[in-house]
Amino acid sequence: MMNETQPLLTVRNLKKYFPMKAGMFRKGTPLKAVDDVSFDLETGKTLGLVGESGCGKSTLGRAILRLHEPTSGEVILDSKPVTGVKHGALMLQRRKMQIIFQDPYASLNPRRTVYQTVREPLDIHKVGDPKERRHTVEILLERVGLRRQVMDRYPHEFSGGQRQRVGIARALALNPKFIVADEPVSALDVSVQSQVLNLIADLQKDMGIAFLFISHDLAVVQHVSDHVAVMYLGKLVEMGPAASIYKDPRHPYTQALLSAIPNPDPKHRKKHVVLSGDVPSPVNPPSGCPFHTRCPRVMDICKKETPVQTNQGNATNPHLVSCHLYS
Amino acid sequence: MADTTPLLEVRNLTVEFRTEHGIARAVDNISFDVGFGEALGVVGESGCGKSVTALAILGLIPSPPGRIAAGSIKLNGRELVGLPESKLRKIRGSEISMIFQEPMTALNPVFTVGNQMSDVLRRHKGLSRKQAREDAAELLRLVGIPDPKQRLREYPHELSGGMRQRVMIAMAVSCSPKLLIADEPTTALDVTTQAQVLEEINLLREKLGTAVLFITHDLGVIAELCDRAIVMYCGMIVEEAPIEPLYDRPRHPYTEGLLASIPRIRDRKLKRLPTIAGMVPDLLQLPDGCRFADRCEKATGRCQLEIPTLEGARKRKVACFHPVNG
Repeated sequence: MMNETQPLLTVRNLKKYFPMKAGMFRKGTPLKAVDDVSFDLETGKTLGLVGESGCGKSTLGRAILRLHEPTSGEVILDSKPVTGVKHGALMLQRRKMQIIFQDPYASLNPRRTVYQTVREPLDIHKVGDPKERRHTVEILLERVGLRRQVMDRYPHEFSGGQRQRVGIARALALNPKFIVADEPVSALDVSVQSQVLNLIADLQKDMGIAFLFISHDLAVVQHVSDHVAVMYLGKLVEMGPAASIYKDPRHPYTQALLSAIPNPDPKHRKKHVVLSGDVPSPVNPPSGCPFHTRCPRVMDICKKETPVQTNQGNATNPHLVSCHLYS
Repeated sequence: MADTTPLLEVRNLTVEFRTEHGIARAVDNISFDVGFGEALGVVGESGCGKSVTALAILGLIPSPPGRIAAGSIKLNGRELVGLPESKLRKIRGSEISMIFQEPMTALNPVFTVGNQMSDVLRRHKGLSRKQAREDAAELLRLVGIPDPKQRLREYPHELSGGMRQRVMIAMAVSCSPKLLIADEPTTALDVTTQAQVLEEINLLREKLGTAVLFITHDLGVIAELCDRAIVMYCGMIVEEAPIEPLYDRPRHPYTEGLLASIPRIRDRKLKRLPTIAGMVPDLLQLPDGCRFADRCEKATGRCQLEIPTLEGARKRKVACFHPVNG
């Protein structure tokens, strides 16, 4: 992932802690939703971010955009800082970064027409005059596969897939360089899901947008990603080129995740590696390696020491793993 | 199932809902059987009528606005359509039971797990309070819940999603029903928890011989769990087949498209995912002919005018004028 050229997005030691109220029996220790996450993303590439619910993947996406104010750490987009800058500078950076949400029903204002919704970012950032804005909206809707005639309709008149297209058009309005797509197809039916995934792939190719693609669905992530990062309890436990992660997953958690996917092929009813138990509460994470309570290959050291990240790939294509099995 | 009567016999079932804009036929003249101990999958996308079919079998169609407009549902030879509520109540929970997608909404938040579970056992089996409590603990152990005595004292919000779903399953099988209807039971769960829950359902089937009607949009889950499946589209059954041939050589173009468009882990990444163009028609403005015709590459003039019927040998049926993989 790292080479001579400056990456588009650099995230360093990003942390997002939520304060927890101290109770009679509980010290006010913070909930570490994102704990020391670092990665780079190049122009026009996609990093798939996978993990189970509550692992902090959405919080990470939002902390990068400063929709959640990070507790500490650094985000640099297009050679300029996102973190630690004042409102004016942040607004300029925000033009370059957008988000697509999971629930196309909740993320569109029901009282606004499609035209108003897609135009809003242009209004906020004062791009062009009203006539130009209208023209831009028309082009955007066409780009995402909606007919111009739908401009004056309201969200309730659309299906889930169409709404998600509206959300994508809104995200594209300012011609961003980087988009966080937070479970963009999880709420859609399979046949519509693939339409939207293809649309995202096309946009990426044509417009050179970099994506952080957040999903719990490993099959979807494989389809869109150049690199994949696996998150567990606020930490990235494995990260590397997509091909290498899927072919040769190193971390026992990644292995279990891949094995748990139901296979749409009845001839190969496979034996799953079924993890026991549930994800521990992030308020009170296990000591040492956060995965040791469920890990099928747990060792003594895992309970005591936090594993350090090691590179299991090579210098040009790092495949990073945080697991004592490899240290 | 060769010539014995099936456990569940659904014939020409039609369910309608009255809406502001007219009558929506959510389920349109469908017929299928579930054999004793069989696991039948019902697949389809949102709005295809799969959940409504389940509710109809349980006699839980909200009325008004809904009603069973025609058809018959027989359980073990006994007609369920038109039975009074008091009789249905006896059947639900004891002969047929159901697990829902979101266990949090299906469990009562103000009673402990133990209370809710023993309530079912006392009502349907007439057990004593103490006996019911003991049976409840045994059931929780059966679905793989550690420390069941402690869990019985807890409230639903104290359990994780996977744990709640297991409590639901334990409750559902507590009176040894002959038929278990599972409506998207793992959709709200993470993959690792989903794998656990599916394994529990499979183990229970083996142990108790319960027939399962498994409703889902996820073709992967069906492939893992079911013997046979029906595919629904817009209120109709478009294909019915045993699992292997269904996945190997789907006959209906919709089934074929659906199977092709699932993103799955592949050895090599595809450039583009296959898709089904267009979208599901509105139930209030259904086309005259085949409901899939507008999205179908194979559609001809006949498909626009006539509705194909579900035809074929007992185990392999398709509703299409131009079936594929013939």
